[in-house]
Amino acid sequence: MFSNSSNYLKIGVGVLAAALVALFITGCPAQQAALDDREAAQKVYKAPGEHDDLYAFLSGGYDGQVSVWGLPTARFLKQIPVFSQHPETGYGYSEETKALLESTHGFIPWDDTHHPHLSRTDGVADGRWMFVNANNTPRIARIDLTDFETKETIEIPHTAGNHGSSFVTENTEYVVGATRFSVPTPNRDVPIDQYENEFQGTITFLTVDEETGEMDLAFQILAPPFNYDLARPGHGVSHGWAFFTSYNTEMAHTMLEVGASQADKDFIVAVNWKRAEELIEEGHGEVVSAEYYHNKMDPGTGIAVSETKDSVLLLDPADTEGMIYFLPTPKSPHGVDVSPDGEYIAAGGKLATVIPVHSFSNMLAAIENEDFDEIIDGIPVLNYESVIHAEIEDPGLGPLHTEYDGQGYAYTSAYISSEIVKWSLDTFEVVDRIPSYYSIGHLMIPGGDTRSPYGQYMISMNKTTRDRHLPTGPKQNHTAQLYDISGDRMEMILDFVTIGEPHYAQAIEASIITENVKNIYDLAENTHPRMIPSSRQARVEREGENVHVYMTSIRSHFTPDNIEGIRVGDKVHFHVTNVEQDWDMVHGIGIMGATNAEILVPPGKTKTLVWEPRSEGIFPFYCTAFCSALHQEMQGYVRVSAADADVDLLYYTGDRPTE
Amino acid sequence: MMSTRSRWILAISALVIIPAFFMPIWSITLKAPQYPDGIGMHIWMDQLTGHERHDIQNINILNHYVGMAEIHEEDFWEFDVMPYIFGVLVALGLLAALGGRRWMLWTWVTLFILLAIGGLADFYYWGYQYGHDLDPRAAIKVPDMTYQPPLIGSKTLLNITAYSWPYWGAAFIGASLLGGLGALGYEYRQRLQSLYERLFSSKSSNQEVEA
Ligand SMILES: [Cu+2]
Repeated sequence: MFSNSSNYLKIGVGVLAAALVALFITGCPAQQAALDDREAAQKVYKAPGEHDDLYAFLSGGYDGQVSVWGLPTARFLKQIPVFSQHPETGYGYSEETKALLESTHGFIPWDDTHHPHLSRTDGVADGRWMFVNANNTPRIARIDLTDFETKETIEIPHTAGNHGSSFVTENTEYVVGATRFSVPTPNRDVPIDQYENEFQGTITFLTVDEETGEMDLAFQILAPPFNYDLARPGHGVSHGWAFFTSYNTEMAHTMLEVGASQADKDFIVAVNWKRAEELIEEGHGEVVSAEYYHNKMDPGTGIAVSETKDSVLLLDPADTEGMIYFLPTPKSPHGVDVSPDGEYIAAGGKLATVIPVHSFSNMLAAIENEDFDEIIDGIPVLNYESVIHAEIEDPGLGPLHTEYDGQGYAYTSAYISSEIVKWSLDTFEVVDRIPSYYSIGHLMIPGGDTRSPYGQYMISMNKTTRDRHLPTGPKQNHTAQLYDISGDRMEMILDFVTIGEPHYAQAIEASIITENVKNIYDLAENTHPRMIPSSRQARVEREGENVHVYMTSIRSHFTPDNIEGIRVGDKVHFHVTNVEQDWDMVHGIGIMGATNAEILVPPGKTKTLVWEPRSEGIFPFYCTAFCSALHQEMQGYVRVSAADADVDLLYYTGDRPTE
Repeated sequence: MMSTRSRWILAISALVIIPAFFMPIWSITLKAPQYPDGIGMHIWMDQLTGHERHDIQNINILNHYVGMAEIHEEDFWEFDVMPYIFGVLVALGLLAALGGRRWMLWTWVTLFILLAIGGLADFYYWGYQYGHDLDPRAAIKVPDMTYQPPLIGSKTLLNITAYSWPYWGAAFIGASLLGGLGALGYEYRQRLQSLYERLFSSKSSNQEVEA
């Protein structure tokens, strides 16, 4: 107990000292060149009705979603539910979407989204799909950017905390994952202090279908029981490789705060995935049993279906020469960020006093010369001096993550000193620094992680808000700041509040997406089995205790809107087809007493809400979307009778049918 | 007999109708605050299409609130007969050019003008019906308000401004009729010439006297 609290004390003093040092190093924030307010305002202004230049996608962290914003105005555009139920739209409540949240652990209504990553062609974002990871129960999701909806989720076995994810390779050949927590593989009941012997880490590669975007678990690589943090596939000269940071190479399993912070250097893991492909071709690897869920939405029916899979191809470094290496890297590195040409790999050594920058060509030479310090579990550790290209001095405290502007500069976020430092890829010296408010985590430059950065802007995603905006109580939403990086000096031009806790973001030129974005779902292409193309097919059918209501919605009525003959104990399936074919003409349905949610049905879609009435009576339902001037009239009634009542099934809109 | 030149003009005029079979004749556009780019429909000889694929459905949805009837292509007998009418007009024009009699030219031009007037009258009558025959149970009833779209031009009806203008097909049909009239003019060019001289030379000599 006492030794623990004295440790805390030491850490506290350490952080305070670090903060003071930071103040001396960086100077007072007031010395920063201040931009004229009016100039800053002009840079982020778009007249009403005028569109933004870029889409930005910010992960929602613990809200399990991805939010969409316009840049440079920071106009909020949409929240895309991914790993969390969303009562606003019925995502995860409607029968069509529930399967997306299924896993080997059952139905999971929540997760923690971290790193959205856009699909790429030739190392540049192509605007087709967005991948994002679930950190808590390891999964990756794919969002379709023609309608900004989640279409697929896949569970990652042998993984606990899929943090080093969901980054894609140069041509979206793979999307990668890496386990934050090492766990026994396969997971089993062992004493936790058997960590070093019984626990393992894994690194995962999933293929992405070129046409459909569908993911498939290609292979996993076993790794020592470290914590794996972030990842970046190489591009340009380093295409064919992927890099992962690790920490806790000390292999602590308790009080990592201290235990994982002892070694001077941890490792960047370099994986040659083209070599892995060759090895698999040659018959290496072992197919081991591993249960995981793969949930996919059918594009025609709009219904997600779960499939369970039972095995995965596991590669052991001991038996796969030339596939995986360790690059010693100070100290508990977070980001592992590849320069636009693919040559430099900057590590965000959270506890390091420098930013170590490795050189890819140095790395290849060290491998060629077998310049190894040691071999850990079959993985050669390259000599640090041989692979390092530069150590950026005076990088701020707690450097986390780096992006590039394509003009020869890199930008690294520094959490503890709450600032961004800009450094040159030529001189490898810091050339500018600017504060963030407060405690920046990741930053994002549009395309700043690609072969061809858009540059121009930079967003900081900050971890505490404190006094930056009107206060909203002890828990506040996170701030983000927008910087103009087009000049020699970075300039802060906007401060805005985000949703959830954005960990990372992506941005892309708007036109790449607007070209393909849908206005409606074509009713003629809707193959949902309970879809009806017009109100003439509207009906109610009983199948035992299941009652299926085939319903249409159109301005401003449901068909049918009066339903009788429902009994207590029935399971009533409202299959609502929105037969509108007009942009943004959404109808919804809410039913009194329904214990799930409403559903919103976009034009041309069919969605199903299940309602189980528990008592007799009259139950109104209504359109939850303000669809028209007579929206308030868009309603109906369900008559619920006793379980044994003899009331015939009856349904109509307008004239009540006579017997 | 007609001159060779007028016969050629007539034949070409008759043929100029043909493109109108393959493009809309008329266009109606509705603009509202929610539809800044407008939604609308194209009227062809034989069909009705939306400017965008679902525009007619959306016009019907908007208009049902005030009790206007739904527009459905199959409710218009005109689309069954118009291609034949114009087909006959092309054939008659060519026959008249072949026959080369002046009365034939006269007949063709007269028939054309009568059909044009009849067509516009029919269009006006449809618009009148569409705008006046309102469902008595309509949700929105504005006293004394009717919704007849303009025959040609624009008109604001509640929140919607309706525009009605001829489309490319009408230009070809109009050109054809002008061609027919041109052939007539060419046939009677001497009489027209002397008429012109009588009108204008007498006028100018009067002016000279006054001066
Ligand atoms: Cu509605």
